[in-house]
Amino acid sequence: MATTVTPSVPGRRRRTPLARREARWAYVFLAPWIVGFLVLTAGPMVASLWLSFTEYDVINAPRWSGLDNYRQLVSDPQVARSLGNTVYYTALHVPLVMLISLGLALLLKRVGRWQGFFRTVFYLPVMTPAVAVGILFLLLLNTQDGLINRGLALLGIDGPSWTTDPDWVMPGIVLMSLWSLGSTVIIYLAALQNVPRDLYEAADLDGAGAWARFRHVTLPMISGSLFFTLIVNTIASLQMFTEVYTMYFGNRQTQNSFDSDAASFYVIYLFQQAFQFLHMGFASAMAWLLFLIILIITAVQVKLSNRFVYYEGEDR
Amino acid sequence: MTTTSQPVGTGVTSTVVAPVAAPRPAAEDESGRPRWQRILFVVALVGAAVIFMLPFVWLVSASLRPREYVFAPGFLPTPFAPDNYAEAWQAMPLLTWLFNSVVVGVAAAAAATLSSAWVAFGFAYFRFPGRNLLFGLVLATMMLPFAVTMIPTYLIWNRLGFIDTQVPLWAGNLFGSAFYIFLLRQFFLSLPREYFEAARVDGASYPQLFWRMAFPLIRPALLVAFVFEFKASWTDLIKPLIYLRNEQLYTLPRGLKVILDRFGYGGEQQWEIVLAGSVIATVPMIVLFFLAQRHFVEGIATTGRKG
Repeated sequence: MATTVTPSVPGRRRRTPLARREARWAYVFLAPWIVGFLVLTAGPMVASLWLSFTEYDVINAPRWSGLDNYRQLVSDPQVARSLGNTVYYTALHVPLVMLISLGLALLLKRVGRWQGFFRTVFYLPVMTPAVAVGILFLLLLNTQDGLINRGLALLGIDGPSWTTDPDWVMPGIVLMSLWSLGSTVIIYLAALQNVPRDLYEAADLDGAGAWARFRHVTLPMISGSLFFTLIVNTIASLQMFTEVYTMYFGNRQTQNSFDSDAASFYVIYLFQQAFQFLHMGFASAMAWLLFLIILIITAVQVKLSNRFVYYEGEDR
Repeated sequence: MTTTSQPVGTGVTSTVVAPVAAPRPAAEDESGRPRWQRILFVVALVGAAVIFMLPFVWLVSASLRPREYVFAPGFLPTPFAPDNYAEAWQAMPLLTWLFNSVVVGVAAAAAATLSSAWVAFGFAYFRFPGRNLLFGLVLATMMLPFAVTMIPTYLIWNRLGFIDTQVPLWAGNLFGSAFYIFLLRQFFLSLPREYFEAARVDGASYPQLFWRMAFPLIRPALLVAFVFEFKASWTDLIKPLIYLRNEQLYTLPRGLKVILDRFGYGGEQQWEIVLAGSVIATVPMIVLFFLAQRHFVEGIATTGRKG
C-alpha cells in the first residue's frame, strides 16, 4: 500500500507563471472532487451536526431542542441494545475473519498452480448480493430443516435455533458473515507472496523451525496487511446493515416473527429512526455517536499498530 | 473430491521446475516438507472450498425443487421443478428490476470511473500548493461512516425533487470517489512523466493529455474501478430503500427484499419464488466475476476494498 513517488520530478519549483498556470489547471481537474466534498461530505456533516440538536420530521421545519437528542441517546435502552449487539458482533466477526483468512491464505500460498481456482471459490460469496446472502442464510440457519443444523446433526450435535433463540441470533449472523471473507484472503495472499524469499533462507540458516519462521519472518512482514484489514473490517462491521435488515426487518411480519431486538444493529436502528419514524434529529445524533466510536477505535488501533506493525524501510 | 491428489502432484512439479539458482522457491513451499504434510494442506483446502461452495449448491438446487421439497435433505434438485423460475418471473416484475439494475449500475460505474480518473490525474500529474493536504482529505473521507451524511444527502435530493427517481442512486458518483481516486492515481503515477512533457511541448492541452494519452494507458485500472462500482451498485440495498417508492423503479436487491417480505414472511410461504429470485440476482455477478476476475483480484490487492 506504499505510495509511489514520481521519480523524474525535480524538487520544489519556484512559482513561475508556468507553474501558476499549471496550478490553475490542477484545480480544474480537482474541481469535481472539491465540489463533491463541499456539497456531499463537508456540507452534510455540518448539517447533520446541526440537525442532531433539533427535532425534525421532514414535513415541519426543524425545531431547536438543544441536547435533548443526546440525552435520549444515553437513556434509550434500544440504543444500548443495538450498540451492544453491534460491538458483540464486531468482537466476534473481526478476529474470526482475520484468523480464518490467514489460515486459508497460508494454505493457498502452497498450492501453486491451483491457487487461482481456490481463490475464486473463496471470493465468489463476496460477489453475492447482500440481500441474497441474507435470504440464503435465513434458510441455511433454519432450526429444523436448515443445512447447517443438518450438518451439525451428522456430527451428533443438536443445533440451536439460530434465527429464533435470542441468544443464538448473533452467533448465527457471525457465521453468515464468515462466508464473505474472500477479500481478506486475497489481501493476505498478496502480502504473503511479497515476503522476500531470502528472509526464509536466512531464517533456515539460523536453524529456525516452522513456527519460528512464521513468528519471526511471516508475521512481521505481513503485519501491515493484518493491521489494515483489522481497521477496514472493524469499520465495516460496526456499520453492518443489509444482510441483517433483509433477514429480520422490513415489513411487520418480518419483525413480528420473533423478538427482533436480538438482531438489532446500530445502523439498523438509526435507519428506522430516520426513515420509518422520521426522527431525523435523533438519528443524526446517533450517526455522530457512531462516528465518534469509529474514530476512537481507529485511533486506538493506530496507536497499538505503532508497536506491532513493521513497515519496510523503517528503522528499527 | 477426485482431484485431491492432483494439486499435490503439481506442487511437487513446480518445485522441481524452479530455476537452479534459487535452491528452494519459498513462494511455493518454504521448506522441504514431507509429502504427507502437503497432502494434509491440500485436504484442508479442499475441505474449506467444499464448505464455501455448499451454500451455492444448495441455493441453486433448492430453487429448482417444488415448494414442499425446498427443505428436503440432499443436494440434488429432485423432484425437478424448473417452472419455479417462470412462476417467479410472472409473480414479480423481475425483468424490469434486472433492467433497472443494469441501467443504474452502468450509470453509477461510468460516473464514478470517469470523474475519479479526471480527479486522480489532477493529483498525479500536477504540483500545486495544498496537494498533500487535499489528498490526505480524500483518503480521510473513506473513514467517514455513510450514516453521518445519509440524512442530509437525502434532504438535498428531496429538496431537488429527485425522491422516487433513480437519479440519487448514481448521480453522487459524478464527484469522484476516494477509493478509485486513490487507485487510479497509483496507476497514473506509474506512467513516465517525460512522455507527457513531450506532448506538452508539442502543444497538447492538459485535457488532451488526460483524454488522449493517460486515459487509454490505464485502461486496465479503469476496468477495475468500473467493475467494482458496478458490483457495489448491483448489490446495494440501502439507497433504493431510501429513495425509491415505485416498485417499477426498483433495482434487483430492493425487489428481492419485497419478494422475501411477500413470499417468505407474508401469508402462504412460497420459498421457491424467493430462491429463484435470489439466483436471478446472483448469477449476473458471478458471470461478471468470471469475465473480470483478474481486475477484481488486482483491485482488492491494491486498495483493499471490501468487495
